[in-house]
Amino acid sequence: MKKSISEKCFDTFNIILMIVIMFITLYPLWYVLVASFSSGIEVTNGNVVWWIKDFETEAYTRIFEDSSIWISYANTIFYSVVGTLLSVVLTSLGAYPLSKKRLRGKKFLTGFILLSMWFTPGTIPMYICLRNLNLLDSRMGILMLGAAQTFYVILMRTYFESIPDSMEEAAKIDGASDFQVFLNVYMPLSVASIVTIALYYFVIRWNSYFWAMIILKDPNKIPLQVLLKKFVVEMTANNSELSKIDYTVTSRETTIFATIVISTIPMIVLYPFIQRFFVKGVMIGAVKG
Amino acid sequence: MKRNTVSSRSVKLGKRSLLKRDILRDKQLYIMFAPFMLWYVLFYYFPMYGILAAFKDYQPYVGVWASEWVGLDNFIEFFTGPYAFRIIRNTVLINIYSVIFVFPASIILALLMNELQSKKFKTAVQTVSYLPYFISTVVVAGLVITFLSPTAGIVNVVIEKLGFEKIYFLTKPQYFRTIYILMTMWQSVGFGTIIYTSALCAVDSELYEAASIDGAGRWKKLLKITIPGIMPTIAIMLIIRIGGMMTVGAETIILLYQPITYETADVISSYVYRSGLEEMNYSYATAVDLFNGIIALILVAISNTISKRIGDVSIW
Repeated sequence: MKKSISEKCFDTFNIILMIVIMFITLYPLWYVLVASFSSGIEVTNGNVVWWIKDFETEAYTRIFEDSSIWISYANTIFYSVVGTLLSVVLTSLGAYPLSKKRLRGKKFLTGFILLSMWFTPGTIPMYICLRNLNLLDSRMGILMLGAAQTFYVILMRTYFESIPDSMEEAAKIDGASDFQVFLNVYMPLSVASIVTIALYYFVIRWNSYFWAMIILKDPNKIPLQVLLKKFVVEMTANNSELSKIDYTVTSRETTIFATIVISTIPMIVLYPFIQRFFVKGVMIGAVKG
Repeated sequence: MKRNTVSSRSVKLGKRSLLKRDILRDKQLYIMFAPFMLWYVLFYYFPMYGILAAFKDYQPYVGVWASEWVGLDNFIEFFTGPYAFRIIRNTVLINIYSVIFVFPASIILALLMNELQSKKFKTAVQTVSYLPYFISTVVVAGLVITFLSPTAGIVNVVIEKLGFEKIYFLTKPQYFRTIYILMTMWQSVGFGTIIYTSALCAVDSELYEAASIDGAGRWKKLLKITIPGIMPTIAIMLIIRIGGMMTVGAETIILLYQPITYETADVISSYVYRSGLEEMNYSYATAVDLFNGIIALILVAISNTISKRIGDVSIW
């Protein structure tokens, strides 16, 4: 079918608009990258716009020398990897029994966890709880917080429910116990969903800072995002020097940019591979709806 | 024959023994569930006990239970104090702006993406637009602060080149909400399109074919088929969104606000964080938080009831 002039106009306009949107999305990230390789003076004078000015890697040398960044980087990796494993184990262990129609008390147990989607105890009660459990300033506290998210438990349960009962019955006839059925039949069938949920947990863990900032006092335990938060807030307040390093005003910004780059690169590199899983995750959520 | 005896015996055994038999049969399932349940007890139900602090003068070294009861004093202090109105207003206003500007943006973007003729280009746009969702709030706030900085910020460089005075945006209360909304848009609009894109895929393609035969143009198809087709999704997303009307996360706000912008920037959660964890008025902050939690609960309950009725869908 031939397109009318107005349709052609619309298509052109639409393409231009999408290019503008892509530009708005990507430009800030691009800017941080080029600014982190530019000299502090050029950045402070606002001369860096499209491309590196006065190429230098000083900002990176500075942070590579600073042990606090590497310690927090290692902490972030630890919290994200171990935390995600913990989350996946807890979530699937919880979701599997809830997916069985025959389970006595299923309704009660489901309600037991669903309440958390309606009402949260709040920041201070949570803080008091962590204090009572002796989890303040502890790595365990960070791992435990948010280890199970009700939304993903429900997603996982929905997925387990979609696997036909005949799979279980067949394994049971062969003498498998419930635990064996779960481990040898359901888990292998759910790999895609488990990966999806694991990635959601991972991204949340990698990017979160709020509770780590509240409960961790020891600088050797803080994750990267908390360190970055310190930098960022100091940038706003525009006062005092950053940690132990001797920053001049001009190099402070490039140092922050370099830190942003090294903290965000793992996400950006992973992104093309994990994107489709996230799309799938949203869709499962919608289907259950 | 043998089977018959078993079933008649189980009838005799009565309800209680049946329950016992079922529990024994599924004991491994309960064992699996136990660590998970323990987590909820420790990190969801146990914190509930801390809510009592709202009605007490909680002293960390005395503990919640042994602290002195003060009744509703903390609530009265909050509602008669100067901040109650300000933080409730700010919380609601930010949410209203977000419903007006951020919410429809995802729908419009999804519709525009849907109209793209080249599949490759469409995938490229989608991939790019989801990206900000994966970047941490701290980094995004850092970007906002950098871009708006009065010295090197690109926004001010442009403003200066155009011959205007530089503006230190983050110290001006009148700009805060706009900045916050634009930031949330950048972060979430792209990812928000996914749900509508999947709804668009589900619209019956035969309808479009039939409309083409009847000579309907793209505009007409959009109005008569596409939009009605995704309307249920829009309605449900809107209702869920309205359920969150009293929630603005402290995580983002505390990165961007300064005492000078509290007037427009301070929301309930950031105020709870500041008065509770920075100034250590634990009981007072718990009371404010509890008030917020209850209002939020009511809103979620209402929105859930409505969405169940109109779309047979609920947030469970």
